[in-house]
Amino acid sequence: MDIILQQLVNGLSLGSVYGLIAIGYTMVYGIIGMINFAHGDVYMVSAYVTAIAIAMLSFFGIESFPVVILGTLIFTIFVTGVYGWVIERVAYRPLRGSSRLSILISAIGMSLILQNYVQISQGAKQQGVPTLLSGAIRFDVGDGFVQLTYMKLFILCASFIGMGVLTYIIQKTKLGRMCRATQQDPKMASILGIDTDKIISTVFVIGATMAALAGVLVTLDYGGFDFYVGFIIGIKAFTAAVLGGIGSLPGAMLGGIILGLSEALFAGLISSDYKDVFSFSLLVIILIFRPSGLLGKPEVEKV
Amino acid sequence: MSNAVIRKTLISLAVAGSVTLAHADVVIGVAGPHTGAYAAFGAQLWNGASAAAKAINDAGGIDGEMIKLVKADDACEPKQAVSVANRLVDSDEAVAVVGHFCSSSSIPASNIYEEAGVLQVTPASTNPGYTDRGLPNVFRVCGRDDQQGDVAASYIVDTLGAKNVAVIHDKDTYGKGLADAMKSTLNAYGVKEVLYEGLTRGEKDFNALVTKIRSVDADVVYFGGLHSEAGPFVRQLREQGSKAIFISGDGIVSDEFVSVAGSPKYVDGVLMTFGADPTSYAAGKEVVNQFRADGIEPEGYVMYSYAAMQVVAEALKQTDLDPVKAADWLHGHKVETVMGTKSFDEKGDLLVSDYVMYEWDDKGKYSMLDM
Repeated sequence: MDIILQQLVNGLSLGSVYGLIAIGYTMVYGIIGMINFAHGDVYMVSAYVTAIAIAMLSFFGIESFPVVILGTLIFTIFVTGVYGWVIERVAYRPLRGSSRLSILISAIGMSLILQNYVQISQGAKQQGVPTLLSGAIRFDVGDGFVQLTYMKLFILCASFIGMGVLTYIIQKTKLGRMCRATQQDPKMASILGIDTDKIISTVFVIGATMAALAGVLVTLDYGGFDFYVGFIIGIKAFTAAVLGGIGSLPGAMLGGIILGLSEALFAGLISSDYKDVFSFSLLVIILIFRPSGLLGKPEVEKV
Repeated sequence: MSNAVIRKTLISLAVAGSVTLAHADVVIGVAGPHTGAYAAFGAQLWNGASAAAKAINDAGGIDGEMIKLVKADDACEPKQAVSVANRLVDSDEAVAVVGHFCSSSSIPASNIYEEAGVLQVTPASTNPGYTDRGLPNVFRVCGRDDQQGDVAASYIVDTLGAKNVAVIHDKDTYGKGLADAMKSTLNAYGVKEVLYEGLTRGEKDFNALVTKIRSVDADVVYFGGLHSEAGPFVRQLREQGSKAIFISGDGIVSDEFVSVAGSPKYVDGVLMTFGADPTSYAAGKEVVNQFRADGIEPEGYVMYSYAAMQVVAEALKQTDLDPVKAADWLHGHKVETVMGTKSFDEKGDLLVSDYVMYEWDDKGKYSMLDM
């Protein structure tokens, strides 16, 4: 029993991270109908920025956890947001209106550029950040125990707060209304006075911001990272976005949680050898029966 | 002169130039993961091989001909290994190769080298399949996984007296091969593993697997794989409160194992099998000092790569730069290297393997254990 509960905890914290990154895929898809394949690498960049931020803070002798985490978050989210903005400007805006294929290839190219640029400038070495928050809450269950480290608890809280704030922005604010309008019909939105280019930039920045939040949390939790970490987690988050229904914000979060839980439960109860086989088969099955994903709406051809 | 004539002259000049170059140099490939997640090992290979080549060239080269090294990047991917092997053979006209690093690259590449009659000496590929297929051109200056697995298994049974051993691997040729070799010796000692599973390379979250290890009450976790996964794995093991002894092979022999684990406290007590300290040989003392003077720590496979280059150079020297004859020559002769005298059996393996146990401490350094 304690093992199953522990696996639920593992899966939930992994899934919330997938969900955060999936938001970037799903929002960009929602607004310009393309998959931003450089998104995983934006996440990777944020891992490096996190390490730089921590190093800078400790250089100035700042050690207390709340200050360090807050400073790191602000710095990383800002720098990564700038990356998101620049990437859209350089790789996607000049291709606006051209075929989907060229934008897709530009996205893949951007991903390779980021990986190689970080590898050349930072080295191919595995990097790491020290543990900032250790310790855990333990619950005795039967003979064993279920454990939630403070860091995992922090990840869960921070990612749900992040998702909550974002949902509020999209649902309730003027900016969110403009985003939704642009998503529905870019031409009409721009006729009605919305600067759609600016909105698209904003969406890229929001996506990068969520990836940065995930990057800080995961880097602080697992310690190690290299220029290649964006690849696998990017694919997983993309899967989560498709699973939940690409283009749908709640779908991305739901997809992330489902993917994280199914991975942890399958690995824990059956075998971690076939964990990825299982989760991707799950994706295929869901797509067969619900081609637009769990919460996605079928695309209506606009006439 | 018309444009066409100028162009022709230029082309013929260029061709003549490249032909003279090709004859003046002995081209030797240094193949390994120079990019990708394991690029750190590629750098170790390159540091060792280029220092050796420089020393040999400074001493007059091979029969007066200079060694020219060519970097061949396989990113530790079998497909890319085959394509760079073809490139080394066809366009670079390499006569010998130091590498590759990963067994999963060395094995498919060795077939290409065999067809082209190119000598291959790997500093680091330890999978038995590399030499067991009976190719005449393959050699290694490191041990084999089954030897390494034997050492680990006997330590687990005899010294640790472990009952519940969990065997984890990374599904790769090297990692799984090592884990399987360890497992078969362990079983031969009458100890049955309580868990045998693979994790995915490139991931960082192994919490689900760790929980499972906790549930089987493992007192020893044996991991076949590389440091990039071993680091987060051992950290999560400790974070979930497991006190199981963590043992791995030579895939974690890098300072990055500590940085990727996040803190030296997580690697404290981790055991590892590795060849007896390559910097401890008397023959290599000067080379080790030179490396340190140049700001390169001769860790991991740097010295192995240096020795592999020496083996290649000596064999080519004895056989007038004929790589096929050189391979033949190596099967019956000894070579002096910075890691002592090396001699090879008929398969290309070292006659004497030198695996011992090492332990990592709370400062993030490793040292040999008395056995």
